[in-house]
Formats: sequence, C-alpha cells, structure tokens
Amino acid sequence: MNVQYRHNSPIREKRNRKIYNGAMKSLMILTTLICLALTFFIILYVLYQGLPQVNFSLISTSPSYIKETIGILPNLLNTLYIIVGTLALVLPLGIGAAIYLTEYAKSPRLVSAIEFAAETLSGIPSIIYGLVGMLFFCNFLSLGTSLMAGALTLLIMNLPTIMRTTQESLKTVPQGYREGAFGLGARKWTTIRTVVLPCCIDGIVTGCILTIGRIVGESAALLFTAGFAHNLNGFIEGLSSSGATLTVALYVYAKEQGKFDVAFAIAAILIIFTIIINLAASTVGKVFKKRRSI
Amino acid sequence: MIINKTKNKVIENIAYGVFLLAGMITIGFVLLISIYLIIPGIPAIKEIGLLKFLFGTKWSSTSSPPSFGILPFILTSIYGTAGAIIIGVPIGFFTAMYLSKYAKGTTKAVLEAAIDLLAGIPSVIYGLVGMLVLVPLVKSTFNLADGAGLFSAMIVLAVMILPSIIKVSLAALDAVPQDYEAASLALGASAAETYFKVSARAAAGGITAAVVLGVGRAIGEAMAIIMVSGNAANMPGLFSSVRFLTTAVAGEMAYSSGLQRQALFSIALVLFLFIMLINAALNHFIKGERQK
Repeated sequence: MNVQYRHNSPIREKRNRKIYNGAMKSLMILTTLICLALTFFIILYVLYQGLPQVNFSLISTSPSYIKETIGILPNLLNTLYIIVGTLALVLPLGIGAAIYLTEYAKSPRLVSAIEFAAETLSGIPSIIYGLVGMLFFCNFLSLGTSLMAGALTLLIMNLPTIMRTTQESLKTVPQGYREGAFGLGARKWTTIRTVVLPCCIDGIVTGCILTIGRIVGESAALLFTAGFAHNLNGFIEGLSSSGATLTVALYVYAKEQGKFDVAFAIAAILIIFTIIINLAASTVGKVFKKRRSI
Repeated sequence: MIINKTKNKVIENIAYGVFLLAGMITIGFVLLISIYLIIPGIPAIKEIGLLKFLFGTKWSSTSSPPSFGILPFILTSIYGTAGAIIIGVPIGFFTAMYLSKYAKGTTKAVLEAAIDLLAGIPSVIYGLVGMLVLVPLVKSTFNLADGAGLFSAMIVLAVMILPSIIKVSLAALDAVPQDYEAASLALGASAAETYFKVSARAAAGGITAAVVLGVGRAIGEAMAIIMVSGNAANMPGLFSSVRFLTTAVAGEMAYSSGLQRQALFSIALVLFLFIMLINAALNHFIKGERQK
C-alpha cells in the first residue's frame, strides 16, 4: 500500500506529467524543424550549386561533341513535348472516365471496380510503368524508343490523378443545376456539356497542374520508353524520336558521365519549375475557392 | 424536327458509348500491366526454378555460367524500406501532430507549403543531393571506404516518404472529432496528453494507412536510390553496397539480353506482387477508416 501511495504522490505525478508535456512538445517542434530544414537545405543547396552554371548558351543550344559544349535546349523541349503529348491524351480519357463515374454509371459494383483499378494504378511504382511501357508501346506497338511511347506510358500513370480531381469537382456541382437543365428539356450530354462541365473547370485545372508537376519530375518511367537522345527536334518529329527529358538528362549527366556542373544546372531549373508549379497549384486553389464562395 | 430528334438521340448514344469506354479503360490498363508483367516474367522463373530464383543468394547475370538468385534484392528492399519507415515515420508523425494541433495561421501555411515542395522535388534531385552531400558525409562520419550503400539509401528514402506520411496522418488527425479532445481536456488531461493518448488513438487507422503508403512509396522508388546505394549485388549489410528490386531492374535493363533480360522481367513481377500486397493492405485500412 505504502509503495503505491508513494508512486501516486501528487507532486511526483505532476512533475512527471510536466516532463511528458514538455518532452512531447519539444519533440514535435524538433521534428517540424527537421522537415523545414531539410526542405530549405535541398532547395537552397541545389540553387546555390546550380544557378551559377545556368547561362544563356546552356539553355539555348544542343550538346556538341565537336565544340565540346553541353546545351540542354533539346531536353527542355523534350520535357515540353512530353507534357503537351501526355495532357492531350490524358485529359479526354480522365475527364471522360470521371463523367462516366459520376453522371452515367448506375451499377455500384462497376463504379467500385473502376475506382479500385484507379487506386491500383496510382500505387504502381514508375519503374514498373517504364518496363510495361517499353514492352507494350515500344516493342509490341513498335513505336520504338520515342517521346510518343513515353507520353503513352505517362498517360496510364497520370490517368488516376485527372480522374480523381475531376470526379471530386463533379461531385460538388449541385444536383439542382442538372435538374434545372433536365427540366428545360436538355438531354444528358447537353446538360453535361453546357452546365456540369463548365462548373468543374477548377478540378480539371488542378489536375492538369498536378499532372504537369509529376511529368516534370518523372524519370524512371521515361528511361526505357523515351530514351536518352539529345537531338534537337520539332514537335511532330520529336514525338517519333527518342529524347531525354530534363530529369533523365540529369540522371545521365550525373550518374553515367559524372558531369555534376551540368547536373546541378538542370537540377536548379527543375527546382524552379517545381516551385512555380506548387505556387500555381495553390493560387488556382485559392482563386477558385473565392469564386465558389461568391 | 423529327430528324433533329433522332440526331440528338444518336449524339446522346455516342456520348454514352464514349464515356463508358473512358470509364472502362482504367480497368483495361490494370489488365494490360498485369499481363505484361506476368507473361514476360514467367519464362525466366520457369527456367531458373522458382525456389532457386527467389532464395538464391548469388546474382551474377553476366558471368558464365550465370547465376540468378534475387534474395539479396528482396532482402535489401525489405531492409531499406524498414529503415526508411523507422527513421521517417516518427519524424512524420510528430510533425503532423504539430501541424494539426499547434501550428496556426502563417506558420501553418509556410510549413504546409514546405512539405508540398518536398513532395514535388523530383527523385533524381534527391539522388543527386544524396550522392554529393549524404554519401561523403556517411563516409567520413562512419569512417568507411565508400559511403554509398544501404544506410545512405535508407536516409534518402526516409526523406522521400516524409511528405506522404505527414499529409495522410495530418488528414487523419484533423478528422478527429473535437468532442473527443474537449472531453479529454475537461477530465483534466493536458494538451499533449490529449493529443497523443486520445487524438492519436482515434486517428490510428489513418496513421496506419500513412505508414502503409510510405512502405509502398519506399519499395517502389528507383532513381534516387540507384544514385546512392552503390549497386553491387551483395547480401544487405548496413553499410554495404547493395541493389534493390527496383534498382536491379533499372541498372541492367539498358544492356541486357536473353535470359538475363527475362530474369529482370521476373524481378519486376516480384516487385509488382509486393506492391499488390501493400495496396491490398492500404485498401483494407482506408476502408476501415471510412466505415467508422
């Protein structure tokens, strides 16, 4: 009895609880600071190492073995081409799938099957997409190692993102809008085209920004589908030929060639893109939220 | 008028067909991926023998006779993921708790923006910074011949899974009903006691989902860890140069042929099975959350 009494002594318990509170709070602040420090260290370090290497001739030329200069214009363009190509493919499919799920589908079993498929797709690592893309698009459909094969691979990868953001946005369109349109005699497709879709443009834009961010940062899925080439091409020509995006070029320069100055220059450009994309995503979110509330 | 009506009907039907197709294509893609992993993945396993393939400890694909045992890769992936979880989850959990319960206003906005940025940084940049900062640091701290190895990869993976862990745990913690916390505080528990003993327990399902998601991210990552793990096909040791399931595929695919290439497809199949297992677990936890 005595022991237990001493153990539960109010003063001691109070002190223990105080220590517990203090320890937990300092741990939380410490870990938060670690996360913050990590983010700022990575960003500032890359910018510090990379920005001095970025100059006009680097971003405006292609690499030349004769002059022994390195330019990343082809990689910048390849990244742009693959973004345009992927978005052109994924937007109709993703939006279409979202419309089917929220507006047309009647069987709950089918809806949950499609949603399960989308969740499965978003859990598959990009290296597996790269492998399947290589086997199916490059070999089976004989597109060869090309930006087109890369864009098709990224289409599969990014479909769940566009689908989910559009779907969430479609769900927020008030049912009354649809009923109003039906009441005026509009058919389903007309209603969707003229009433529902314009209301969910924010979800589509958000999905686009997220997708662009993922494409800019993607490397493993493109390594075996889009390849390593550094040739300067136009859009149409580029789609059918092999080309390295910025991330793949970074990997090749850093890992295979040991040219860390070029790698850091590309990394700095990628970091700037990442910051811009993140800012765009949050701004778009705020703008649409404001518009909603009016 | 009548012609217009039939035309409208045709358009409606076409629209329905197009949307149905778009909806179905997701399922089609999953089937496509499964088929293109299983069919190319089987022949090598058949030729090498399932047990010899999965539990063989020696991988030397280019020597003659070649040997294809992927136990080193499997163990490396498991150890590397476990290490990343052990380092990353506590940091992520405590940060999520701070963000959910303490941070307010500008501080919270800045912190959330920073975590979004961390999530957006391409994996090759993690690899590059790891290669040039972390690897030399590990080398000098632990007095090693080379800092590139399992330990460096664990740290890079831990940093890379932080954003997902923080975001998912944060959502779970934010969703805890205010009444629970109010009741706990009214009974005389302090703020920290309430958050860690009541809120954390109420959000346990979501936090588990965050951990499982982190496992999935870590086991699937390739490009960042290929740059910091040394890439020798050793059995894993904390500081030895290792290959993961993902980096084994990425590292040799470019110049592989014949049975070696088929064996790489089989490795991808094993990786896919791991991922499907993790997805199933994730679905289980998320469903459990929703049913609450």
